[in-house]
Amino acid sequence: MPKTLASKLWDSHVVRQAAGEPDLLYIDLHLVHEVTSPQAFEGLRLAGRRVRRPDLTVATMDHNIATSRAERPDEISQLQMRTLEENCRAAGIRLYGVGSRHQGIVHIIGPELGLTQPGMTLVCGDSHTSTHGALGALAFGIGTSEVEHVLATQTLPQRRPKDMAITVDGELPLGVVAKDVALGIISKIGVAGGQGHLVEYRGSTIRGLTLEGRLTVCNMTIEGGARAGMVAPDETTFAYLEGRQFAPRGAAWEQALDHWRRLVTDEGAAFDREVVIDAGRLEPFVSWGTNPGQSVPVTGRVPEPGSETDERALRYMALKPGTAIQDISLDRVFIGSCTNARLEDLRLAATVVEGRHVHPKVRALVVPGSMSVRAAAEAEGLDKVFLEAGFEWREAGCSMCLGMNPDILQPGERCASTSNRNFEGRQGAGGRTHLVSPPMAAAAAIAGHLVDIREFPGQAG
Amino acid sequence: MTPFVKHSGRVAPLDKADVDTDQIIPKQFLKRIERSGFGEFLFFDWRKDPDFVLNRPEYQGASILVTGPNFGCGSSREHAPWAIQDYGFRAVIAPSFSDIFRTNCLKIGLLPVQLPEATVRELMRADEVTVDLDRLVVSADGVEHRFEIDEFSRVNIMEGLDEIGLTERREDAITAFESTRPDWMPTVKGMR
Ligand code: SF4
Repeated sequence: MPKTLASKLWDSHVVRQAAGEPDLLYIDLHLVHEVTSPQAFEGLRLAGRRVRRPDLTVATMDHNIATSRAERPDEISQLQMRTLEENCRAAGIRLYGVGSRHQGIVHIIGPELGLTQPGMTLVCGDSHTSTHGALGALAFGIGTSEVEHVLATQTLPQRRPKDMAITVDGELPLGVVAKDVALGIISKIGVAGGQGHLVEYRGSTIRGLTLEGRLTVCNMTIEGGARAGMVAPDETTFAYLEGRQFAPRGAAWEQALDHWRRLVTDEGAAFDREVVIDAGRLEPFVSWGTNPGQSVPVTGRVPEPGSETDERALRYMALKPGTAIQDISLDRVFIGSCTNARLEDLRLAATVVEGRHVHPKVRALVVPGSMSVRAAAEAEGLDKVFLEAGFEWREAGCSMCLGMNPDILQPGERCASTSNRNFEGRQGAGGRTHLVSPPMAAAAAIAGHLVDIREFPGQAG
Repeated sequence: MTPFVKHSGRVAPLDKADVDTDQIIPKQFLKRIERSGFGEFLFFDWRKDPDFVLNRPEYQGASILVTGPNFGCGSSREHAPWAIQDYGFRAVIAPSFSDIFRTNCLKIGLLPVQLPEATVRELMRADEVTVDLDRLVVSADGVEHRFEIDEFSRVNIMEGLDEIGLTERREDAITAFESTRPDWMPTVKGMR
């Protein structure tokens, strides 16, 4: 029987199958961060259990961390980070903590270190674990009870979700990037559209994306309601991985390649649901509401509310239906997060700001996704481009994506953000978020309002 | 896990769709390293509004939350079901739940009950509702509504079973699986 990629990944990790029970899946890699793990480690201790495979577990600090040397996290944040450190030390788990040159957002460092590999099962106590599916892994977010389960047994009981194919075909118009593909998909299927499914992204547009672009698309899978999204590994994937710290080498690399090349959906395999998107019709997207599905092309207007949810969103965002998106002015710009803080994202943004200056009433922040991204960007001089343009250049962390550290919006402030969630209060109580791509965020910082990157001077096309 | 067999209680209607976990428990409360004590921060920002359902006198002491579709979307934070349970709710009834949120609820014995939207609307107007996990029915005002939940979760929640303990009984199968792991897959040494 022809199989989908998701089926191949699932079936090859089933430890035990029994009628009426969920499958017991083996977990190849478990990523851990400071926020969702302390209660899990505590649970293990209370039950007298040990971490079964510390060698398949890797930890980092990202959510609470200060992104400027001048700042110190508050007491409770510090306690949470110290707790992670103690838990890792006691269990023998590798931790990329404060001061490590590999520290960064958990979903940035996994692929970057070559830890995330095709064919793996990978979990983390964080919903954006879907990111790692870009390398052809079955990767999904879990809650703290499940974190404890994986720490104790390296397995998870799971029910097999259905299969969904999202096919994006055609050439992306100039100025339209991976983030717009993600927002375009969500505005088509809705924020609950993928519920109960494993998504495979397919089609010529997806194949044509860089690995970093695929990471952006898979990252936002959860915003469309599905727990996991994946792209079949191909030459782009292999080229990205080769030579990375934890990637196999020599004969092992050849063996791995042999295996990885088989990780594709077989001809004729059936999906439970299929969605097709024409890339040629995508435009740069901007969210206007309080969930990522409430997005429109930048050339559009704030829509008439179609539901009570829409009305509430408009009230919270202080927007009137009919307002042109490009007339929305901004107080803040945030370039960062596990969606858009990799080297390619920073390069795209830097091209836009080079030789220009941030609008005087805007405060703009660049927060690289990891210390390695930061170092690589500095090696190319991107830090100077941003600093000279009037951006702040920070150290790695989640930062203003969710504002657990001091990087938050003040009530009523409006921000163009490259992150993934525009929920009420996400970036700070009363803060208003417009989700956009890195080039769109960069252009907005310069203009002081949302603008169409395609009409931005020097970006013509 | 808190076992759940049957519970009758007052309803709190939260008539909103797509309620995300950032609203259920905002990030500033995720810094705690304990599992309890989140109830007082449940819906922290919305509770600043005196008209918010949990502030209204007629809903004091409610133990069944009845709400709109796609409840619990967003972040995987288990702090969200912890907060709902800690506040005093035993069950949440909605037309649909986000996948991760539902799983998190099942792990702690906060019962997620999925019913058709029209039924949920009716239940929002009921005073008292009974959720019976043994018979798989929700009843209010003499009317019974059947719901479904997979049998494995049903038994686990009714008995308050320790799922890790159940998996530990599969030790042989886990060890056998581990022996087939290819050498080229990464392992990472801890730093002591
Ligand atoms: S960057 Fe934002 S979305 Fe990504 S892991 Fe951090 S908080 Fe979550």
